Amino acid sequence: MLADLYNVVNVPTIFWIDERGRIVRPNDVAFGTDTFKHITGLESARHLTALRAWVRGETPALSAEDVKRHQPLPTAADQQARAEFGLGQWLWAQGRTAAAERHFVRGGELAPHDFTIRRGTMPMRNIDPMGPQFREMLQAWVGGGQPYYRPLPDTAAKQTS
Amino acid sequence: MEAFTIIDGDKAAAVNARRDGDHVWLDPAGVKDALGWEIHDGLLCNDSMCIPLDNEASLVRDGAIGLAGLAAAMDRALAVDLDERAAFLGGSARERSQALAAQQAPDFALPDLAGRTHTLGEHRGKKVLLVAWASW
Repeated sequence: MLADLYNVVNVPTIFWIDERGRIVRPNDVAFGTDTFKHITGLESARHLTALRAWVRGETPALSAEDVKRHQPLPTAADQQARAEFGLGQWLWAQGRTAAAERHFVRGGELAPHDFTIRRGTMPMRNIDPMGPQFREMLQAWVGGGQPYYRPLPDTAAKQTS
Repeated sequence: MEAFTIIDGDKAAAVNARRDGDHVWLDPAGVKDALGWEIHDGLLCNDSMCIPLDNEASLVRDGAIGLAGLAAAMDRALAVDLDERAAFLGGSARERSQALAAQQAPDFALPDLAGRTHTLGEHRGKKVLLVAWASW
């Protein structure tokens, strides 16, 4: 549901939402700890520092213009991929796993950047989402010059440092 | 006619349908019951809105409503499995994009581990950190 409404294509994805319900930091990548820092290269402290400063009112969030610039919007292919995922998930829940597989694969083909589909369906396909098939997929993606994580330029962190 | 399952969000409903090649034609009464939409006077309507139909003739044939045309008229993504007689109506790219471009966080309701439902809207007035996460 969140992936559909907020155009989430990987996890973790975080959003800052202000008191008026406005998105003031869209689709960013941040971790709560440094458990996976050796893999991701992302430090948790930068985001946590920026988050605390924003919550305390010490620094502003992104401007509306920056939010607009950084907000990824879903394409028709993205939404078609999510529909294929939705159908696959329903078929899988019915025990129709071979049919589900077709739609999971199709979803991944339509939106190869969407790892909520490509990786998220792995447990339903009896594939270890931390295992060799995931690492192979990751290597192919990153090897093609595409980043697996797409964090925002850390504007707020720079403001607080 | 055979039963064809239409999944819309978390609801799945069986609608009487017939197949013609790759096309699925739905019983209008079933569409009304399952999805809340009906066609009259060149309009596709539900309880809250009507959508003008550019070409009603392509959407309605022999008293049945074309599934692909219906999804297109609603501007919804559509995934179909003819063999499994099931289809999923997804979200509209245009609608989702407009909502996100407006920078207003879409409201949602999700259960916690104890089954209690929480909405984003109930936190209005407070700053919110929304984290989409997976345990894999």
